[in-house]
Amino acid sequence: MVWIPVTNTDEQEMLKVIGVSSIDSFFEDIPPSLRLKSWNIPEGLSEIEAYQRLDSLSKKNRVDGISFVGGGFYDHYIPAVVDYLSQRGEFSTAYTPYQPESAQGTLQAIYEYQTALCRLTDMEVANASLYDGGTALFEAVMLAVRVTGRRKVRIIPGINPIYEQMLYTHTANLDLELEYGKNPEDCACVIGATPDFFGNIHDFTDIARNCHEAKALMIIHFYPIALGLMKTPGEMGADIAVGEGQCLGLPLGFGGPYLGLFTTRKEYIRKMPGRICAMTVDKQGKRGFVLTLQAREQHIRREKAMSNVCSNQALCALRALIYLCEVGKKGLIEIAQDCYSKTEYLKKKLTEFVSVINSKPTFNEFVVRLPIPAEQVVQKIKQSGVFPGIPLKSLLEHCKQQIPSKDMDGNRYGDIGDLLIAVTEKRTQKELDLLVELIRANIS
Amino acid sequence: MDLIYEKCNHRQAFSIPKGQIPEVSFPQELKRQHPAELPEVSELDVVRHFTHLSQRNMGIDTNFYPLGSCTMKYNPKIADVVSSFAGFTQLHPQFLYSEVYHDCIQGALELVYHLEQLLSEISGMRAVSLQPMAGAHGELTGVLMISAYHKHHNNTHKKTILIPDSAHGTNPASAAIAGFQVQEVPSNSQGTLDLDCFRKSMNDEVAGIMLTCPNTHGLFEKDIQEIAELAHKYDALLYYDGANLNAIIGQCRPGDLGFDVMHFNLHKTFATPHGMGGPGSGPVGVNERLLDFLPGPRVTKNDDHIFNLEYPKNTIGKSAPFLGHFLVAVRAYVYILMQGSEGLKEVSRKAVLNANYVLAKIRSAFPPAYDRLCMHECVLTAMPYHDFDVRALDFAKALLDRGFHAPTVYFPLTVKEALMIEPTETETKETLDQFCNTMMELAEQAKQNPDELRKAPITTPVQRLDEVKAAKELNVVHPVNTSKP
Repeated sequence: MVWIPVTNTDEQEMLKVIGVSSIDSFFEDIPPSLRLKSWNIPEGLSEIEAYQRLDSLSKKNRVDGISFVGGGFYDHYIPAVVDYLSQRGEFSTAYTPYQPESAQGTLQAIYEYQTALCRLTDMEVANASLYDGGTALFEAVMLAVRVTGRRKVRIIPGINPIYEQMLYTHTANLDLELEYGKNPEDCACVIGATPDFFGNIHDFTDIARNCHEAKALMIIHFYPIALGLMKTPGEMGADIAVGEGQCLGLPLGFGGPYLGLFTTRKEYIRKMPGRICAMTVDKQGKRGFVLTLQAREQHIRREKAMSNVCSNQALCALRALIYLCEVGKKGLIEIAQDCYSKTEYLKKKLTEFVSVINSKPTFNEFVVRLPIPAEQVVQKIKQSGVFPGIPLKSLLEHCKQQIPSKDMDGNRYGDIGDLLIAVTEKRTQKELDLLVELIRANIS
Repeated sequence: MDLIYEKCNHRQAFSIPKGQIPEVSFPQELKRQHPAELPEVSELDVVRHFTHLSQRNMGIDTNFYPLGSCTMKYNPKIADVVSSFAGFTQLHPQFLYSEVYHDCIQGALELVYHLEQLLSEISGMRAVSLQPMAGAHGELTGVLMISAYHKHHNNTHKKTILIPDSAHGTNPASAAIAGFQVQEVPSNSQGTLDLDCFRKSMNDEVAGIMLTCPNTHGLFEKDIQEIAELAHKYDALLYYDGANLNAIIGQCRPGDLGFDVMHFNLHKTFATPHGMGGPGSGPVGVNERLLDFLPGPRVTKNDDHIFNLEYPKNTIGKSAPFLGHFLVAVRAYVYILMQGSEGLKEVSRKAVLNANYVLAKIRSAFPPAYDRLCMHECVLTAMPYHDFDVRALDFAKALLDRGFHAPTVYFPLTVKEALMIEPTETETKETLDQFCNTMMELAEQAKQNPDELRKAPITTPVQRLDEVKAAKELNVVHPVNTSKP
């Protein structure tokens, strides 16, 4: 048997020590009528066969196109050290650091991750990660509800429609009132995204101020790479800032695992969900790290816990930390600047013959309205080895959004011709020019 | 060891291609005022820093890790290799929501479809969704389906979820987050659910019951048939917490035991790496009752073997942004394919054999909480050493000095000075013998030289840490101005 090293001789010796005659004795509590009779599970494969099976499955997917697909998940470059270091078994095969003396590597990395995230966002505290951007947003709303005792939640139009649907799913049984708007009156929180789902950059400083006057919390969803350049959630006055960390060294991977980034103000730390790591000293005064404020968590507080989360995304958080250390202070600015410049270049070229819907500055993503259905254009262009973007209508329908869907300035999205186009530092000028030519050639 | 922030020396490890596109200046009024103070180190600094950090960790790859309830089994390396194929890692998730790209994701959809089928067959459930991103997230998704089911049937009076006192903390937390009241049901003197108390707790207001089976005492709930009948009599749904599926895989199936809804922990039973606490993956399985409430979209297959999407009639919506932790699912898939039918049955048989072997070898020094054979883990107590002022925690720390990770301690909460040992099926008899011998030596030391034992650990990178100081001073972020020049 693969990966099961107990031999027949071992088994006999062990049974003798235990004092039973067969392994079946251990299963006697299972009512005999409920024991498994048969099941339809195939015989095991050898490693070679399994490799070949998976290799052939992976090749039924197409990843060879020059990609302009984004929508909250981006084709950024992953420096080689990220894979190399994060794959070490001492990281990947460890469990949650419940015995801190044998998990200082994990704990120091979490502390450094929390620090990196706070420096990136100008927020005061961060947890050790949540599952993804969508669940981070859900937990942010829950924190705002706990802090304010209110049940009304206002969403500024333009957050990722996938996250919006996840928020509805997760709060379905909680008697919260979720509505669009930016008026914080009687609200637990106002949620805004910048850049928003359509690429627009917003400054929420005034809305955050209004929130504070109305004693509501301002939740800002951010895009970590954009923070190389962009005004930060902290600068705008966010009380909670959340985001998706996939862009920080995680592969697209058809949906995960990703990384839920969660930051807030120090005054809310005792109501924050998720693990938190703190610096302390050992018996000899040597610096060390431990999980702290565990009385918030489910394994101590059970039904009164701040959240039900147990697993987080520690290995993904480690990848994000390694990424941020490798690109460093200057590298992050360069990457953000490059994304911005290339996007502006592409936007300018495309506006020569199609309209861009965004009315505000954009970071690395924008929407063009094509004169024919976007799906038709995509269908043709992808034969030429380019994935030109996301046809918005189909995506919004999958997320049960009303069409047209609006941003906070009232621009309407979701026309059959709307295509969401994203650019990263991996795209070259040649590729941008190619996309322009392909779109031009395929809309007439 | 220095923090990476203390190594900052104004170096740049990484830069992007230069001179491709003329720089366009970012709008001044939207700019951040100061750059983020990220490290400025060389690439070799990065490599050494994280290599040194890794050396301050224990993992399954380096040490025996009998952490009860966590199923720390060997993580096969083939799973890491296949999950890093470019056809999986570089695949854009938004292709899912654009039919025009569906020809680009047929391999991924096939994998999801087949893995969901395999998990359904393994569990005896009608259908499985891979969406939930961890065990607790699976619980939340499951409870949300229970809630949607009762709403759909106008069972507005159903507000309570019953949970045994031996359950993991995530069960009551998930039920509460989903908007239910939680009522605890005690265990009996044999370590299983107290059936009389359960009967008394059952009424029309009960929406569901969450059970772990075998439970966290490592014991099978032998009254499961009666429990299921009683639950269904009141139209309450029975939830199976898959945390301990490793104990029964291939021996019996939650669906056949009468469970309506469950979650799997792919990072436990199906050997995907725990990654220092995540990513996990917590697919949910349902029987006929909850089929229409599953998260969507679901992958379907048509007669031409083309894979497509559909939404269940009364879907609760989206649990995850796409189809869950896909790259974790790839690992679990290859694990199941390679174990095959006989391998999976052998998993539970050997996991249970190993746990009973450890129990038999050390029970004279560490009495079991319940005096019977166990399943995949044994729950023992360090109470005999209470008089010597040696606690479960001291044994845990002493094991670290002897090259073993500690068992789970102080859980389940129902057992005083609990030591919860789960050896898993992937360990050799030699390793188990070494561990048992060490435990017996430590038991002797606890009586002869308790002071020495309480000093442990002394060989780890740090000794016992001041948790009170940590919580009081709350240094959770390294301040910018204390970086070394």
